[in-house]
Amino acid sequence: MTGSLVVARLLIGEAARRRLLLALLLLTLVVIALTVWGFSRINELTPSGQPISEAQRRTIASQLLILVMFMFSWVISLASVFVAAPAISGELESGIAAAVLARPISRLEYVVGKWLGLLALILAYGIGAGVVEIVAVNVVVGYLPPRPLEFLAFVVGEGVVLLTLALALSTRMSGMVGGVIAAILFGIAWMGGIIGGVGAALGNQTITHVGTATKLILPTDGLWRGAVWSLEPAVIIAANTQLGPAVAANPFFAAEPPPAAYVVWAVAWIAAVLVLAVWSFRSREI
Amino acid sequence: MASAPAIRAEHITKRYGRIVALSDLSLDVASGVFGFLGPNGAGKTTAIKVLLGLTRPTSGGGAILGEGFGTKAALRRIGYLPELFRYQSWLAAREVLALHCELAGIERARWSAEIDRILAIVGLADRGASRVGTFSKGMQQRLGLGVALLGDPQVVLLDEPTSALDPVGRHDVREIIRALRERGAVVFLNSHLLTEVEQVCDSVAIVDRGKVVAQGTLADLLRTSSVRIRASGLTREGRAALARFGELDDAADGAILIRGIEMEGIPDAVASAVASGARVYAVEPQHESLEERFLRLLGQ
Ligand SMILES: Nc1ncnc2c1ncn2[C@@H]1O[C@H](COP(=O)(O)OP(=O)(O)OP(=O)(O)O)[C@@H](O)[C@H]1O
Ligand SMILES: [Mg+2]
Repeated sequence: MTGSLVVARLLIGEAARRRLLLALLLLTLVVIALTVWGFSRINELTPSGQPISEAQRRTIASQLLILVMFMFSWVISLASVFVAAPAISGELESGIAAAVLARPISRLEYVVGKWLGLLALILAYGIGAGVVEIVAVNVVVGYLPPRPLEFLAFVVGEGVVLLTLALALSTRMSGMVGGVIAAILFGIAWMGGIIGGVGAALGNQTITHVGTATKLILPTDGLWRGAVWSLEPAVIIAANTQLGPAVAANPFFAAEPPPAAYVVWAVAWIAAVLVLAVWSFRSREI
Repeated sequence: MASAPAIRAEHITKRYGRIVALSDLSLDVASGVFGFLGPNGAGKTTAIKVLLGLTRPTSGGGAILGEGFGTKAALRRIGYLPELFRYQSWLAAREVLALHCELAGIERARWSAEIDRILAIVGLADRGASRVGTFSKGMQQRLGLGVALLGDPQVVLLDEPTSALDPVGRHDVREIIRALRERGAVVFLNSHLLTEVEQVCDSVAIVDRGKVVAQGTLADLLRTSSVRIRASGLTREGRAALARFGELDDAADGAILIRGIEMEGIPDAVASAVASGARVYAVEPQHESLEERFLRLLGQ
Protein backbone atom coordinates (compact mmCIF):
# COMPACT_ATOMS: atom_id res chain seq x y z
CA MET A 1 0.00 0.00 0.00
CA THR A 2 2.98 2.36 -0.22
CA GLY A 3 1.51 3.51 -3.54
CA SER A 4 -1.53 4.77 -1.60
CA LEU A 5 0.65 6.83 0.69
CA VAL A 6 2.43 8.41 -2.27
CA VAL A 7 -0.91 9.33 -3.86
CA ALA A 8 -2.27 10.65 -0.55
CA ARG A 9 0.82 12.77 0.06
CA LEU A 10 0.63 14.14 -3.46
CA LEU A 11 -3.00 15.17 -2.96
CA ILE A 12 -2.21 16.96 0.30
CA GLY A 13 0.79 18.60 -1.35
CA GLU A 14 -1.42 19.81 -4.17
CA ALA A 15 -3.94 21.29 -1.72
CA ALA A 16 -1.12 23.13 0.01
CA ARG A 17 0.60 24.36 -3.17
CA ARG A 18 -2.64 25.46 -4.74
CA ARG A 19 -3.34 27.42 -1.55
CA LEU A 20 -6.55 25.54 -0.78
CA LEU A 21 -5.36 25.11 2.79
CA LEU A 22 -4.48 28.79 3.03
CA ALA A 23 -7.89 29.83 1.69
CA LEU A 24 -9.69 27.57 4.17
CA LEU A 25 -7.55 28.89 6.99
CA LEU A 26 -8.22 32.54 6.15
CA LEU A 27 -11.96 32.02 5.68
CA THR A 28 -12.13 30.13 8.96
CA LEU A 29 -10.37 32.98 10.72
CA VAL A 30 -12.96 35.40 9.31
CA VAL A 31 -15.83 33.18 10.50
CA ILE A 32 -14.28 32.81 13.91
CA ALA A 33 -13.70 36.56 14.22
CA LEU A 34 -17.37 37.15 13.36
CA THR A 35 -18.65 34.59 15.87
CA VAL A 36 -16.37 35.90 18.58
CA TRP A 37 -17.77 39.36 17.99
CA GLY A 38 -21.34 38.02 17.89
CA PHE A 39 -20.96 36.02 21.08
CA SER A 40 -19.32 38.93 22.87
CA ARG A 41 -22.57 40.90 22.34
CA ILE A 42 -24.42 38.34 24.47
CA ASN A 43 -22.52 39.61 27.50
CA GLU A 44 -23.82 43.09 26.85
CA LEU A 45 -27.49 42.15 26.44
CA THR A 46 -29.68 44.12 28.85
CA PRO A 47 -33.27 43.26 27.81
CA SER A 48 -34.96 44.64 30.98
CA GLY A 49 -32.35 47.17 31.88
CA GLN A 50 -30.31 44.58 33.78
CA PRO A 51 -27.66 42.10 32.66
CA ILE A 52 -29.14 38.69 31.80
CA SER A 53 -28.80 35.78 34.18
CA GLU A 54 -26.13 33.15 33.92
CA ALA A 55 -28.71 30.51 32.87
CA GLN A 56 -30.13 32.78 30.15
CA ARG A 57 -26.69 33.49 28.85
CA ARG A 58 -25.87 29.80 28.60
CA THR A 59 -29.12 29.09 26.81
CA ILE A 60 -28.60 31.85 24.28
CA ALA A 61 -24.98 30.83 23.74
CA SER A 62 -25.92 27.18 23.20
CA GLN A 63 -28.59 28.05 20.62
CA LEU A 64 -26.32 30.48 18.82
CA LEU A 65 -23.52 27.92 18.77
CA ILE A 66 -25.86 25.36 17.22
CA LEU A 67 -26.67 27.81 14.44
CA VAL A 68 -23.01 28.61 13.84
CA MET A 69 -22.07 24.96 13.85
CA PHE A 70 -24.92 24.20 11.48
CA MET A 71 -23.28 26.54 9.02
CA PHE A 72 -19.93 24.95 9.80
CA SER A 73 -21.33 21.51 8.99
CA TRP A 74 -22.53 22.81 5.61
CA VAL A 75 -19.14 24.29 4.89
CA ILE A 76 -17.39 21.01 5.75
CA SER A 77 -19.89 19.02 3.72
CA LEU A 78 -19.72 21.18 0.62
CA ALA A 79 -15.94 21.58 0.88
CA SER A 80 -15.67 17.78 1.00
CA VAL A 81 -17.84 17.51 -2.10
CA PHE A 82 -15.98 20.08 -4.13
CA VAL A 83 -12.50 18.91 -3.19
CA ALA A 84 -13.30 15.24 -3.79
CA ALA A 85 -15.43 15.55 -6.94
CA PRO A 86 -12.53 16.36 -9.31
CA ALA A 87 -9.91 14.35 -7.38
CA ILE A 88 -9.85 11.48 -9.87
CA SER A 89 -11.77 12.77 -12.89
CA GLY A 90 -9.58 15.86 -13.15
CA GLU A 91 -6.44 13.76 -13.42
CA LEU A 92 -8.08 11.48 -15.96
CA GLU A 93 -9.13 14.41 -18.13
CA SER A 94 -5.78 16.16 -18.00
CA GLY A 95 -3.85 12.95 -18.65
CA ILE A 96 -1.88 13.10 -15.39
CA ALA A 97 -3.45 9.82 -14.30
CA ALA A 98 -2.14 7.92 -17.34
CA ALA A 99 1.47 8.61 -16.39
CA VAL A 100 0.89 7.64 -12.75
CA LEU A 101 -1.13 4.49 -13.48
CA ALA A 102 1.51 3.26 -15.94
CA ARG A 103 3.69 2.80 -12.86
CA PRO A 104 3.47 -0.30 -10.67
CA ILE A 105 0.53 1.00 -8.65
CA SER A 106 -2.84 -0.71 -8.60
CA ARG A 107 -6.14 1.04 -9.14
CA LEU A 108 -7.05 0.02 -5.58
CA GLU A 109 -3.97 1.79 -4.23
CA TYR A 110 -4.74 4.86 -6.32
CA VAL A 111 -8.35 5.22 -5.13
CA VAL A 112 -7.51 4.44 -1.52
CA GLY A 113 -4.62 6.93 -1.71
CA LYS A 114 -6.95 9.66 -2.94
CA TRP A 115 -9.40 8.81 -0.18
CA LEU A 116 -6.73 8.90 2.52
CA GLY A 117 -5.44 12.25 1.28
CA LEU A 118 -8.94 13.75 1.27
CA LEU A 119 -9.66 12.23 4.67
CA ALA A 120 -6.54 13.85 6.09
CA LEU A 121 -7.58 17.24 4.67
CA ILE A 122 -11.11 17.03 6.05
CA LEU A 123 -9.92 15.80 9.44
CA ALA A 124 -7.36 18.58 9.69
CA TYR A 125 -9.80 21.27 8.62
CA GLY A 126 -12.83 19.96 10.52
CA ILE A 127 -11.06 19.30 13.78
CA GLY A 128 -8.85 22.38 13.56
CA ALA A 129 -11.60 24.87 12.79
CA GLY A 130 -14.12 23.16 15.11
CA VAL A 131 -11.77 23.20 18.09
CA VAL A 132 -10.79 26.83 17.57
CA GLU A 133 -14.46 27.83 17.30
CA ILE A 134 -15.44 25.99 20.48
CA VAL A 135 -12.47 27.36 22.40
CA ALA A 136 -13.14 30.91 21.14
CA VAL A 137 -16.76 30.77 22.32
CA ASN A 138 -15.63 29.36 25.64
CA VAL A 139 -13.17 32.20 26.12
CA VAL A 140 -15.69 34.90 25.20
CA VAL A 141 -18.85 33.76 27.03
CA GLY A 142 -17.56 30.95 29.21
CA TYR A 143 -19.83 28.39 27.56
CA LEU A 144 -18.64 24.89 26.65
CA PRO A 145 -21.04 22.52 24.85
CA PRO A 146 -21.61 19.30 26.79
CA ARG A 147 -20.05 16.83 24.34
CA PRO A 148 -17.50 18.63 22.14
CA LEU A 149 -15.60 15.47 21.07
CA GLU A 150 -18.75 13.67 19.95
CA PHE A 151 -19.76 16.82 18.12
CA LEU A 152 -16.49 16.91 16.16
CA ALA A 153 -16.78 13.21 15.33
CA PHE A 154 -20.33 13.62 13.99
CA VAL A 155 -19.58 16.74 11.94
CA VAL A 156 -16.37 15.35 10.45
CA GLY A 157 -18.25 12.09 9.82
CA GLU A 158 -20.68 14.05 7.64
CA GLY A 159 -17.74 15.35 5.64
CA VAL A 160 -16.27 11.87 5.27
CA VAL A 161 -19.59 10.49 4.01
CA LEU A 162 -19.75 13.19 1.35
CA LEU A 163 -16.11 13.02 0.30
CA THR A 164 -16.45 9.27 -0.17
CA LEU A 165 -19.58 9.73 -2.25
CA ALA A 166 -18.01 12.47 -4.38
CA LEU A 167 -14.85 10.40 -4.88
CA ALA A 168 -16.90 7.43 -6.06
CA LEU A 169 -18.71 9.70 -8.55
CA SER A 170 -15.32 11.09 -9.59
CA THR A 171 -14.27 7.71 -10.96
CA ARG A 172 -16.93 7.99 -13.63
CA MET A 173 -17.94 11.61 -14.17
CA SER A 174 -16.39 15.03 -14.45
CA GLY A 175 -15.81 17.05 -11.31
CA MET A 176 -18.54 19.51 -12.15
CA VAL A 177 -21.23 16.87 -12.69
CA GLY A 178 -20.15 14.71 -9.74
CA GLY A 179 -19.95 17.76 -7.48
CA VAL A 180 -23.40 18.97 -8.39
CA ILE A 181 -24.91 15.50 -7.97
CA ALA A 182 -23.31 15.00 -4.55
CA ALA A 183 -24.34 18.48 -3.41
CA ILE A 184 -27.94 17.93 -4.51
CA LEU A 185 -28.08 14.54 -2.81
CA PHE A 186 -26.79 16.22 0.34
CA GLY A 187 -29.55 18.82 0.12
CA ILE A 188 -32.19 16.14 -0.50
CA ALA A 189 -30.97 14.14 2.50
CA TRP A 190 -31.21 17.24 4.67
CA MET A 191 -34.77 17.92 3.52
CA GLY A 192 -35.57 14.22 3.92
CA GLY A 193 -34.53 14.51 7.55
CA ILE A 194 -36.89 17.45 8.09
CA ILE A 195 -39.72 15.70 6.27
CA GLY A 196 -39.18 12.63 8.44
CA GLY A 197 -39.33 14.91 11.49
CA VAL A 198 -42.60 16.40 10.26
CA GLY A 199 -43.92 12.87 9.83
CA ALA A 200 -42.96 12.07 13.42
CA ALA A 201 -44.58 15.30 14.63
CA LEU A 202 -47.79 14.49 12.81
CA GLY A 203 -47.67 10.83 13.74
CA ASN A 204 -47.71 9.90 10.04
CA GLN A 205 -45.97 6.55 9.51
CA THR A 206 -45.39 6.86 5.74
CA ILE A 207 -43.74 10.26 5.96
CA THR A 208 -41.61 9.09 8.88
CA HIS A 209 -40.42 6.14 6.82
CA VAL A 210 -39.42 8.46 3.98
CA GLY A 211 -37.27 10.38 6.45
CA THR A 212 -35.75 7.19 7.84
CA ALA A 213 -35.00 5.95 4.33
CA THR A 214 -33.15 9.13 3.36
CA LYS A 215 -31.17 8.94 6.61
CA LEU A 216 -30.07 5.44 5.62
CA ILE A 217 -29.42 6.09 1.92
CA LEU A 218 -27.17 9.08 2.64
CA PRO A 219 -26.26 9.22 6.32
CA THR A 220 -25.42 12.93 6.46
CA ASP A 221 -28.57 14.23 8.12
CA GLY A 222 -28.57 11.42 10.65
CA LEU A 223 -25.04 12.40 11.65
CA TRP A 224 -26.04 16.06 11.85
CA ARG A 225 -28.72 15.12 14.40
CA GLY A 226 -25.95 13.53 16.42
CA ALA A 227 -23.90 16.72 16.13
CA VAL A 228 -26.85 18.86 17.34
CA TRP A 229 -27.49 16.54 20.22
CA SER A 230 -23.80 16.81 21.25
CA LEU A 231 -24.18 20.58 21.52
CA GLU A 232 -27.33 20.64 23.66
CA PRO A 233 -27.17 21.23 27.42
CA ALA A 234 -29.53 18.98 29.39
CA VAL A 235 -31.85 21.92 30.21
CA ILE A 236 -32.49 22.56 26.53
CA ILE A 237 -33.31 18.91 25.88
CA ALA A 238 -35.67 18.85 28.85
CA ALA A 239 -37.39 22.09 27.84
CA ASN A 240 -37.85 21.05 24.21
CA THR A 241 -39.02 17.57 25.01
CA GLN A 242 -41.91 19.08 27.00
CA LEU A 243 -43.16 20.65 23.79
CA GLY A 244 -44.27 17.20 22.60
CA PRO A 245 -43.65 15.41 19.30
CA ALA A 246 -43.74 18.63 17.23
CA VAL A 247 -40.06 19.36 18.01
CA ALA A 248 -39.01 16.39 15.87
CA ALA A 249 -39.51 18.62 12.83
CA ASN A 250 -36.90 21.10 14.05
CA PRO A 251 -33.56 20.50 12.29
CA PHE A 252 -31.75 22.36 15.05
CA PHE A 253 -32.88 20.05 17.81
CA ALA A 254 -32.39 16.38 18.60
CA ALA A 255 -33.92 14.82 21.70
CA GLU A 256 -31.52 11.88 21.70
CA PRO A 257 -28.33 10.75 20.00
CA PRO A 258 -28.51 8.48 16.96
CA PRO A 259 -28.53 4.84 18.08
CA ALA A 260 -25.17 3.03 18.05
CA ALA A 261 -26.46 0.87 15.23
CA TYR A 262 -26.86 4.00 13.11
CA VAL A 263 -23.24 4.99 13.69
CA VAL A 264 -22.20 1.48 12.69
CA TRP A 265 -24.38 1.85 9.62
CA ALA A 266 -22.69 5.12 8.67
CA VAL A 267 -19.23 3.55 8.95
CA ALA A 268 -20.34 0.52 6.91
CA TRP A 269 -21.87 2.90 4.34
CA ILE A 270 -18.55 4.71 3.95
CA ALA A 271 -16.67 1.42 3.55
CA ALA A 272 -19.20 0.12 1.02
CA VAL A 273 -19.10 3.27 -1.12
CA LEU A 274 -15.30 3.20 -1.05
CA VAL A 275 -15.35 -0.41 -2.26
CA LEU A 276 -17.77 0.66 -4.97
CA ALA A 277 -15.42 3.46 -6.00
CA VAL A 278 -12.50 1.03 -6.30
CA TRP A 279 -14.58 -1.39 -8.33
CA SER A 280 -15.85 1.39 -10.58
CA PHE A 281 -12.34 2.73 -11.18
CA ARG A 282 -10.91 -0.72 -11.83
CA SER A 283 -13.36 -1.45 -14.56
CA ARG A 284 -12.92 1.78 -16.46
CA GLU A 285 -10.68 2.75 -19.36
CA ILE A 286 -7.96 5.31 -18.80
CA MET B 1 12.26 -15.76 -18.85
CA ALA B 2 15.14 -14.73 -21.06
CA SER B 3 13.36 -16.34 -23.98
CA ALA B 4 10.19 -14.27 -23.58
CA PRO B 5 10.02 -11.58 -26.27
CA ALA B 6 10.03 -8.04 -24.98
CA ILE B 7 6.60 -7.31 -26.37
CA ARG B 8 4.12 -9.92 -27.49
CA ALA B 9 0.58 -9.20 -28.56
CA GLU B 10 -1.74 -11.96 -29.65
CA HIS B 11 -4.89 -11.28 -31.64
CA ILE B 12 -5.78 -8.13 -29.77
CA THR B 13 -9.07 -6.58 -30.73
CA LYS B 14 -10.43 -3.47 -29.07
CA ARG B 15 -13.90 -2.12 -29.77
CA TYR B 16 -15.42 1.09 -28.49
CA GLY B 17 -19.07 0.46 -29.16
CA ARG B 18 -19.26 0.17 -32.93
CA ILE B 19 -15.81 1.63 -33.54
CA VAL B 20 -13.10 -0.98 -33.97
CA ALA B 21 -9.97 0.73 -32.65
CA LEU B 22 -7.77 -2.35 -33.04
CA SER B 23 -8.53 -5.44 -35.03
CA ASP B 24 -6.66 -8.70 -34.47
CA LEU B 25 -3.29 -7.10 -33.71
CA SER B 26 -0.45 -9.58 -33.33
CA LEU B 27 3.10 -8.42 -32.64
CA ASP B 28 6.35 -9.95 -31.56
CA VAL B 29 9.08 -7.49 -30.75
CA ALA B 30 12.29 -9.09 -29.53
CA SER B 31 14.75 -6.24 -29.69
CA GLY B 32 15.54 -2.89 -31.21
CA VAL B 33 13.22 -0.08 -32.13
CA PHE B 34 9.75 -0.94 -33.33
CA GLY B 35 7.83 1.69 -35.24
CA PHE B 36 4.05 1.64 -35.10
CA LEU B 37 2.92 3.81 -37.95
CA GLY B 38 -0.51 4.92 -38.90
CA PRO B 39 -2.70 7.89 -39.73
CA ASN B 40 -4.86 9.69 -37.15
CA GLY B 41 -7.35 7.38 -35.49
CA ALA B 42 -5.56 4.24 -36.69
CA GLY B 43 -5.37 2.78 -33.18
CA LYS B 44 -1.77 3.54 -32.22
CA THR B 45 -2.55 5.07 -28.83
CA THR B 46 -5.07 2.34 -28.12
CA ALA B 47 -2.37 -0.27 -28.76
CA ILE B 48 0.03 1.33 -26.27
CA LYS B 49 -2.71 1.65 -23.65
CA VAL B 50 -3.51 -2.03 -24.05
CA LEU B 51 0.18 -2.92 -23.64
CA LEU B 52 0.20 -0.93 -20.38
CA GLY B 53 -3.03 -2.39 -19.07
CA LEU B 54 -4.62 1.07 -18.99
CA THR B 55 -7.24 -0.23 -21.40
CA ARG B 56 -8.52 -3.77 -21.49
CA PRO B 57 -8.73 -5.40 -24.92
CA THR B 58 -12.12 -6.70 -26.03
CA SER B 59 -10.35 -9.97 -26.92
CA GLY B 60 -6.83 -11.26 -27.21
CA GLY B 61 -3.90 -10.77 -24.88
CA GLY B 62 -0.16 -10.91 -24.60
CA ALA B 63 2.78 -10.09 -22.40
CA ILE B 64 5.63 -7.69 -21.84
CA LEU B 65 8.89 -9.40 -20.88
CA GLY B 66 6.78 -12.46 -20.13
CA GLU B 67 4.49 -10.62 -17.69
CA GLY B 68 0.82 -9.90 -18.31
CA PHE B 69 -0.24 -6.44 -19.47
CA GLY B 70 -0.69 -4.03 -16.58
CA THR B 71 0.81 -6.32 -13.93
CA LYS B 72 3.17 -4.69 -11.47
CA ALA B 73 5.98 -6.98 -12.63
CA ALA B 74 5.57 -5.68 -16.19
CA LEU B 75 5.06 -2.02 -15.24
CA ARG B 76 8.21 -2.02 -13.11
CA ARG B 77 10.22 -2.53 -16.30
CA ILE B 78 8.39 -0.11 -18.61
CA GLY B 79 8.95 3.56 -19.26
CA TYR B 80 6.02 5.40 -20.87
CA LEU B 81 5.57 8.75 -22.53
CA PRO B 82 1.83 9.37 -23.00
CA GLU B 83 0.40 11.13 -26.01
CA LEU B 84 -1.05 13.81 -23.70
CA PHE B 85 2.13 14.41 -21.75
CA ARG B 86 0.74 16.20 -18.71
CA TYR B 87 2.37 16.19 -15.32
CA GLN B 88 1.50 17.75 -11.97
CA SER B 89 1.69 21.44 -12.88
CA TRP B 90 2.18 22.52 -9.27
CA LEU B 91 5.36 20.46 -8.89
CA ALA B 92 8.87 21.37 -10.02
CA ALA B 93 10.37 19.20 -12.76
CA ARG B 94 12.69 17.56 -10.24
CA GLU B 95 9.73 16.78 -7.99
CA VAL B 96 7.85 15.13 -10.85
CA LEU B 97 10.88 12.97 -11.56
CA ALA B 98 11.26 12.18 -7.84
CA LEU B 99 7.60 11.16 -7.72
CA HIS B 100 8.15 8.76 -10.59
CA CYS B 101 11.36 7.45 -8.99
CA GLU B 102 9.28 6.62 -5.94
CA LEU B 103 6.42 5.09 -7.93
CA ALA B 104 8.89 3.06 -9.99
CA GLY B 105 10.48 1.72 -6.83
CA ILE B 106 13.93 3.19 -7.41
CA GLU B 107 16.12 3.26 -4.30
CA ARG B 108 15.91 6.65 -2.60
CA ALA B 109 19.67 6.99 -2.40
CA ARG B 110 19.90 6.95 -6.20
CA TRP B 111 17.17 9.51 -6.89
CA SER B 112 19.24 12.65 -6.93
CA ALA B 113 21.92 11.32 -9.29
CA GLU B 114 19.30 9.71 -11.52
CA ILE B 115 17.29 12.92 -11.75
CA ASP B 116 20.39 14.94 -12.66
CA ARG B 117 21.28 12.40 -15.33
CA ILE B 118 17.77 12.45 -16.82
CA LEU B 119 17.47 16.24 -16.80
CA ALA B 120 20.75 16.42 -18.72
CA ILE B 121 19.64 13.84 -21.28
CA VAL B 122 16.41 15.65 -22.10
CA GLY B 123 18.01 19.08 -22.07
CA LEU B 124 16.30 20.47 -18.97
CA ALA B 125 19.35 20.57 -16.70
CA ASP B 126 18.90 24.26 -15.94
CA ARG B 127 15.11 24.07 -15.43
CA GLY B 128 14.89 21.31 -12.85
CA ALA B 129 13.66 23.70 -10.17
CA SER B 130 11.00 25.38 -12.32
CA ARG B 131 7.36 24.51 -11.86
CA VAL B 132 5.99 22.28 -14.61
CA GLY B 133 3.05 24.65 -15.01
CA THR B 134 5.47 27.29 -16.32
CA PHE B 135 6.95 24.97 -18.96
CA SER B 136 6.36 25.39 -22.68
CA LYS B 137 4.71 22.48 -24.47
CA GLY B 138 8.00 21.23 -25.85
CA MET B 139 9.61 21.41 -22.42
CA GLN B 140 6.73 19.40 -20.98
CA GLN B 141 7.24 16.76 -23.65
CA ARG B 142 10.95 16.66 -22.84
CA LEU B 143 10.07 16.17 -19.19
CA GLY B 144 7.70 13.36 -20.20
CA LEU B 145 10.49 11.73 -22.13
CA GLY B 146 12.67 12.03 -19.04
CA VAL B 147 9.97 10.36 -16.95
CA ALA B 148 9.90 7.51 -19.48
CA LEU B 149 13.67 7.05 -19.26
CA LEU B 150 13.92 7.04 -15.43
CA GLY B 151 15.60 3.99 -13.99
CA ASP B 152 16.73 2.52 -17.33
CA PRO B 153 13.57 0.55 -18.14
CA GLN B 154 13.93 -2.46 -20.43
CA VAL B 155 10.91 -1.51 -22.50
CA VAL B 156 10.14 2.08 -23.45
CA LEU B 157 6.77 2.98 -24.96
CA LEU B 158 6.72 6.36 -26.68
CA ASP B 159 3.46 7.75 -28.02
CA GLU B 160 4.43 10.36 -30.62
CA PRO B 161 7.45 11.61 -28.68
CA THR B 162 8.21 14.52 -30.99
CA SER B 163 4.72 15.94 -31.54
CA ALA B 164 5.58 19.18 -29.71
CA LEU B 165 9.29 19.41 -30.45
CA ASP B 166 11.32 21.73 -32.66
CA PRO B 167 13.80 20.29 -35.18
CA VAL B 168 16.58 20.30 -32.59
CA GLY B 169 14.32 18.48 -30.18
CA ARG B 170 13.43 15.90 -32.84
CA HIS B 171 17.08 15.30 -33.47
CA ASP B 172 17.69 14.90 -29.73
CA VAL B 173 14.89 12.36 -29.51
CA ARG B 174 16.42 10.34 -32.34
CA GLU B 175 19.72 10.33 -30.49
CA ILE B 176 17.99 9.27 -27.28
CA ILE B 177 16.25 6.41 -29.06
CA ARG B 178 19.51 5.28 -30.65
CA ALA B 179 21.17 5.34 -27.23
CA LEU B 180 18.33 3.23 -25.84
CA ARG B 181 18.83 0.67 -28.56
CA GLU B 182 22.56 0.58 -27.88
CA ARG B 183 21.85 -0.07 -24.23
CA GLY B 184 19.72 -3.04 -25.24
CA ALA B 185 16.32 -1.55 -24.42
CA VAL B 186 13.34 -2.25 -26.61
CA VAL B 187 11.53 0.81 -27.89
CA PHE B 188 7.95 0.89 -29.15
CA LEU B 189 7.52 4.11 -31.07
CA ASN B 190 4.11 5.38 -32.14
CA SER B 191 4.28 7.87 -34.92
CA HIS B 192 2.79 9.24 -38.04
CA LEU B 193 6.06 10.90 -38.98
CA LEU B 194 7.60 8.70 -41.60
CA THR B 195 11.03 10.27 -41.61
CA GLU B 196 11.27 9.75 -37.87
CA VAL B 197 10.42 6.09 -38.23
CA GLU B 198 12.66 5.64 -41.25
CA GLN B 199 15.62 7.03 -39.38
CA VAL B 200 15.45 5.07 -36.15
CA CYS B 201 13.31 1.96 -36.51
CA ASP B 202 14.53 -1.57 -37.10
CA SER B 203 11.09 -2.93 -37.78
CA VAL B 204 7.75 -1.39 -38.52
CA ALA B 205 4.06 -2.15 -38.56
CA ILE B 206 1.73 0.05 -40.54
CA VAL B 207 -1.81 0.24 -39.16
CA ASP B 208 -4.90 1.68 -40.67
CA ARG B 209 -8.33 1.72 -39.07
CA GLY B 210 -7.17 -0.81 -36.49
CA LYS B 211 -5.72 -3.29 -38.97
CA VAL B 212 -2.05 -3.96 -39.59
CA VAL B 213 -1.63 -3.59 -43.34
CA ALA B 214 2.09 -4.28 -43.48
CA GLN B 215 4.64 -5.51 -41.01
CA GLY B 216 8.31 -6.37 -41.16
CA THR B 217 11.78 -4.92 -41.09
CA LEU B 218 12.20 -1.59 -42.77
CA ALA B 219 14.32 -3.29 -45.44
CA ASP B 220 11.53 -5.82 -46.05
CA LEU B 221 8.91 -3.15 -46.37
CA LEU B 222 10.95 -1.05 -48.74
CA ARG B 223 12.23 -3.93 -50.81
CA THR B 224 9.32 -3.64 -53.13
CA SER B 225 9.71 -0.59 -55.23
CA SER B 226 8.85 0.65 -58.66
CA VAL B 227 10.54 0.67 -62.01
CA ARG B 228 10.19 2.95 -65.07
CA ILE B 229 10.42 1.19 -68.39
CA ARG B 230 10.67 3.09 -71.65
CA ALA B 231 9.74 0.85 -74.51
CA SER B 232 8.08 1.02 -77.90
CA GLY B 233 5.80 -1.46 -79.64
CA LEU B 234 4.28 -2.71 -76.42
CA THR B 235 1.16 -4.75 -77.33
CA ARG B 236 -1.85 -5.34 -75.15
CA GLU B 237 -0.49 -8.80 -74.37
CA GLY B 238 2.83 -7.22 -73.49
CA ARG B 239 1.13 -4.88 -71.02
CA ALA B 240 -0.82 -7.75 -69.52
CA ALA B 241 2.44 -9.64 -69.03
CA LEU B 242 3.95 -6.62 -67.22
CA ALA B 243 0.85 -6.17 -65.08
CA ARG B 244 1.62 -9.51 -63.43
CA PHE B 245 4.65 -7.90 -61.77
CA GLY B 246 2.89 -4.92 -60.24
CA GLU B 247 0.53 -2.04 -60.69
CA LEU B 248 0.92 -0.39 -64.10
CA ASP B 249 0.86 3.34 -64.54
CA ASP B 250 1.50 5.45 -67.64
CA ALA B 251 3.99 8.23 -67.01
CA ALA B 252 3.54 11.59 -68.76
CA ASP B 253 6.55 11.03 -71.01
CA GLY B 254 5.13 7.79 -72.38
CA ALA B 255 7.12 5.53 -70.11
CA ILE B 256 5.44 2.78 -68.14
CA LEU B 257 5.69 2.66 -64.35
CA ILE B 258 5.40 -0.69 -62.58
CA ARG B 259 4.70 -0.04 -58.89
CA GLY B 260 5.23 -2.55 -56.12
CA ILE B 261 7.55 -4.76 -58.12
CA GLU B 262 10.19 -6.75 -56.25
CA MET B 263 13.77 -5.87 -57.19
CA GLU B 264 14.45 -9.46 -58.27
CA GLY B 265 11.46 -9.33 -60.56
CA ILE B 266 12.75 -6.49 -62.74
CA PRO B 267 14.88 -8.62 -65.16
CA ASP B 268 11.93 -11.00 -65.61
CA ALA B 269 9.61 -8.12 -66.36
CA VAL B 270 12.01 -6.74 -68.96
CA ALA B 271 12.37 -10.21 -70.47
CA SER B 272 8.64 -10.64 -70.75
CA ALA B 273 8.29 -7.23 -72.42
CA VAL B 274 10.97 -8.14 -74.94
CA ALA B 275 9.39 -11.55 -75.50
CA SER B 276 6.09 -9.84 -76.38
CA GLY B 277 7.88 -7.98 -79.15
CA ALA B 278 8.51 -4.62 -77.47
CA ARG B 279 11.78 -2.72 -77.90
CA VAL B 280 13.14 -1.61 -74.52
CA TYR B 281 15.18 1.60 -74.38
CA ALA B 282 15.53 2.24 -70.68
CA VAL B 283 14.93 0.51 -67.35
CA GLU B 284 15.08 2.78 -64.31
CA PRO B 285 14.49 1.10 -60.94
CA GLN B 286 13.12 3.58 -58.38
CA HIS B 287 13.22 3.13 -54.63
CA GLU B 288 9.92 3.76 -53.07
CA SER B 289 10.17 5.92 -50.01
CA LEU B 290 8.39 4.88 -46.85
CA GLU B 291 6.00 7.71 -47.49
CA GLU B 292 5.03 6.39 -50.92
CA ARG B 293 4.68 2.91 -49.50
CA PHE B 294 2.57 4.25 -46.67
CA LEU B 295 0.28 6.22 -48.94
CA ARG B 296 -0.04 3.29 -51.34
CA LEU B 297 -0.97 0.93 -48.51
CA LEU B 298 -3.50 3.35 -47.09
CA GLY B 299 -4.94 3.98 -50.54
CA GLN B 300 -5.76 0.34 -51.04
N1 LIG C 1 -12.13 6.16 -25.06
C1 LIG C 1 -12.58 6.01 -26.31
N2 LIG C 1 -13.90 5.93 -26.55
C2 LIG C 1 -14.36 5.76 -27.80
N3 LIG C 1 -13.59 5.66 -28.89
C3 LIG C 1 -12.27 5.73 -28.73
C4 LIG C 1 -11.69 5.92 -27.43
N4 LIG C 1 -10.35 5.95 -27.57
C5 LIG C 1 -10.10 5.80 -28.88
N5 LIG C 1 -11.26 5.66 -29.58
C6 LIG C 1 -11.37 5.46 -31.03
O1 LIG C 1 -10.47 4.45 -31.41
C7 LIG C 1 -9.85 4.78 -32.64
C8 LIG C 1 -8.34 4.76 -32.48
O2 LIG C 1 -7.94 5.82 -31.62
P1 LIG C 1 -6.43 6.05 -31.20
O3 LIG C 1 -6.40 7.14 -30.21
O4 LIG C 1 -5.84 4.76 -30.81
O5 LIG C 1 -5.79 6.55 -32.58
P2 LIG C 1 -4.31 7.01 -32.89
O6 LIG C 1 -3.79 6.07 -33.92
O7 LIG C 1 -3.53 7.12 -31.66
O8 LIG C 1 -4.54 8.42 -33.55
P3 LIG C 1 -3.68 9.79 -33.46
O9 LIG C 1 -2.60 9.69 -34.48
O10 LIG C 1 -4.68 10.84 -33.84
O11 LIG C 1 -3.19 9.91 -32.08
C9 LIG C 1 -10.41 6.14 -33.05
O12 LIG C 1 -11.44 5.92 -33.99
C10 LIG C 1 -10.98 6.69 -31.80
O13 LIG C 1 -12.10 7.50 -32.06
MG1 LIG D 1 -2.62 8.62 -30.71
